[in-house]
Amino acid sequence: MARNPVLTFTDRGIYCPDGDFFIDPWRPVDRALITHGHSDHARWGHKRYLATHQALPVMRHRLGQIEAVGIAYGERVQIGGVTVSFHPAGHVPGSAQIAVERQGEVWVVSGDYKVEPDGLAEGFAPIRCHAFISECTFGLPVFRWQPQERVMAEITRWWAANAAARKVSILGAYSFGKAQRLMAGVEPIGPILTHGAVEEITAILRAQGYALPETVRAVAGVDGKTHPGALVIAPPSALGSAWARKFGPAEEAFASGWMAVRGIRRRRSLGAGFVVSDHADWDGLNAAIRATGCERVFVTHGYTAPFRRWLSEQGYDAGIVATEYGEEVEELPTEGAA
Amino acid sequence: MKDFAALFAALDGTTKTSAKVAALTEYFQTAPEADRVWTIALLSGRRPKRSVTSTELREWAAEAAGMPLWLFEESYAMVGDLAETIALILPVAEGAEAPSLSAIIAELTQLTGQGGEVRKAAILAYWARLGPTERLLFNKLITGGFRMGVSQGLMTRALSTATGVDEAVLAHRLMGDWSPQTMPFERLVREDASGSASRPYPFALAAPLEEGPETLGDPGGWRAEWKWDGIRGQLIQRAGAFALWSRGEELITDRFPEFAPLADFLPPGTVIDGEVLAWDHQAGRPLPFADLQKRIGRKTVPKKLLVEAPALMLAYDLLEDAGQDLRDRPFGERRARLEVLVAGLPEGMPLRLSPAIGFESWDGLTAKRQAAREMRAEGVMLKRAASPYHVGRKRGDWWKWKLDPWTVDAVMIYAQAGHGRRANLYTDFTFAVRDGNALVPFTKAYSGLTDAEFGEITRWVQKNTLERFGPVRRVPPELVFEIGFEGIQESPRHKSGIALRFPRMIRWRRDKPVDEIDTLEGLRDLLRVSRG
Repeated sequence: MARNPVLTFTDRGIYCPDGDFFIDPWRPVDRALITHGHSDHARWGHKRYLATHQALPVMRHRLGQIEAVGIAYGERVQIGGVTVSFHPAGHVPGSAQIAVERQGEVWVVSGDYKVEPDGLAEGFAPIRCHAFISECTFGLPVFRWQPQERVMAEITRWWAANAAARKVSILGAYSFGKAQRLMAGVEPIGPILTHGAVEEITAILRAQGYALPETVRAVAGVDGKTHPGALVIAPPSALGSAWARKFGPAEEAFASGWMAVRGIRRRRSLGAGFVVSDHADWDGLNAAIRATGCERVFVTHGYTAPFRRWLSEQGYDAGIVATEYGEEVEELPTEGAA
Repeated sequence: MKDFAALFAALDGTTKTSAKVAALTEYFQTAPEADRVWTIALLSGRRPKRSVTSTELREWAAEAAGMPLWLFEESYAMVGDLAETIALILPVAEGAEAPSLSAIIAELTQLTGQGGEVRKAAILAYWARLGPTERLLFNKLITGGFRMGVSQGLMTRALSTATGVDEAVLAHRLMGDWSPQTMPFERLVREDASGSASRPYPFALAAPLEEGPETLGDPGGWRAEWKWDGIRGQLIQRAGAFALWSRGEELITDRFPEFAPLADFLPPGTVIDGEVLAWDHQAGRPLPFADLQKRIGRKTVPKKLLVEAPALMLAYDLLEDAGQDLRDRPFGERRARLEVLVAGLPEGMPLRLSPAIGFESWDGLTAKRQAAREMRAEGVMLKRAASPYHVGRKRGDWWKWKLDPWTVDAVMIYAQAGHGRRANLYTDFTFAVRDGNALVPFTKAYSGLTDAEFGEITRWVQKNTLERFGPVRRVPPELVFEIGFEGIQESPRHKSGIALRFPRMIRWRRDKPVDEIDTLEGLRDLLRVSRG
């Protein structure tokens, strides 16, 4: 007999009727299971939140007073008629895929994910499932990431060359996740200064025990004179701003998966761009989906139309789910995400 | 290829002009000479002979990457650049050794005319061995459209620094139809004889006059003439050469056979700057630009077209007289000599003076400028009587003072992502006006807004898409824009029956509701006015 699907798609978000909860909803709900702390997934206004222990501190910092319960990776919790578990998504520290099981039928919501270990976020773990709800931010074959150590070496070289030319290096990166991954991944050749938005998250993650190098908040009086040749990590919106000019002679660059496309980098009038993404690339998306062993795939945000068609040509029962997660443009560098 | 790729990376990795000039200068001092010549050629818009079509490139690349063609096309629509798309989708190759730029171009040139399998094998072999940047550049050699964020002027400046040859002299030496395949570097930059006898001078360009002419001071020091809407050209008559060049440095002599008689009457050593126009001999004014356009794309001109759209040059300036380079002489003197020269031609020659507009005061000129539309001119040119003939655009001596554009309020109905710098932003829109209760598309436009506005519209388009047709999205008719244009013509090819000249968005009319946009009838009225 045909039963209700384990998860359904509503105008408030992904909903589990048998557990009466939502996953990453974008309108206020009673009970929200949250994959990770980025603002398009962890929104304000829900009554109760459930997220990994590792995700909660940043969520509390961003959302203020919330009623939230933590869960360990791999821990199984019964909610109504389903069993729920959280598994590393490799996207940012604390990020999770959420598995929902009902009598042996498993559906997994990926949230945002990346397959390659980045040395900071808990490493992506493929979960066998029947249906996989996947992001596809970079779901076109033009997106193929280099191994992380190669990009980090590129960034270190750029920083060293700037320092040798007595310039500060200002690196634009999303303040939660990307910024910390970069500071942990570059070769330390000098002090790392941070924009306030970056420093707040960095301090929280450091207190949680994530291995992060020493940073100095770039308050008034901290600049290229006090810290010659420093690396500054700031949100993308700070690039080219009055705040960035206070450092004196400087080079700016932006770290994002979108930097793989020359036209996007040039539109921002940026010289240097480093291709570093916290999302899976084309090969990563395909490998992750294969590894689930699933038959059905729902793609949410990103290049959904071509990616769905590609999956269905690969033999998957593939559909598109319209969500309000950072779709295309919100993930673009103009918005500062990705 | 390695040093060319390094140059590209250096140019592409900075937005600072000084850093670009420094990188180019070093390249012009250290790269193999044959590569330098090709780099100059590529950066001045020349390209190797095309050996592979873009259809072939797409198919071969999709096959080599193991993906269906439709997925390649989706990728291309997102990236907005064919050469880059191919470089990105192919499996990563470790570019160990690459031949030099000139050697690769030589091999590409040899491929022209070869069978499909031979060319395919050669291209695939290159793709398999070139690193990512080299692969992008290799593809660009085939597709053309080399944009490295370096203007020809910047390249010339760096070449001047590298060689010690004066910039203006170099700019002239690089003009014309020299062949990068056979031209040695030293000859190109050092010898005046390096170009052929038909070599044109770099065109002097005017800057737009944003405010009224009062800011220019005493009107007595200025000369005015009509700004014609045709093809800016340089007519050259030297011993052994009669040539017509377009501003884009294209040799177009054969496309305008009616100029041939001038070769018998112009004295040798004559170079004239003027505007090529399709001429309405009855009305004594140019035909609409669309008539000239019919002739631009054609290498040979059918007789019918010669009769329907006869070409004429209206002369602006005299750059060379009796073999003497006049460019340093004041405009007033050059113009006087031009008048003498043209007066000496027999009746009926397809070369006339572009008439001077006499004026005593700026108010007087402002009044006369109003007649531009009737003259089928775009506005007025102002040239300082004492000005030399500059190389390129030097602000201060030459101004173009265009008419205010015609405008119409229209609603956006389709949006498409841009290319290159604007890939991933919705920037190309189709607009409609009202026709009764229906909306009729009548023009596309893709410039005139700020990046912030394009960003905002892009988000709106993504949230409000009704239908997708490949890269095009249909959106609800809600956003109203003021569209500016320079002219309007009948066009049976368009559903609306009209075509606009130089349409662009003047502003986003957030204040204007859709039911107040203009009508097709209103556009037809404008058409009647313009046919006058």
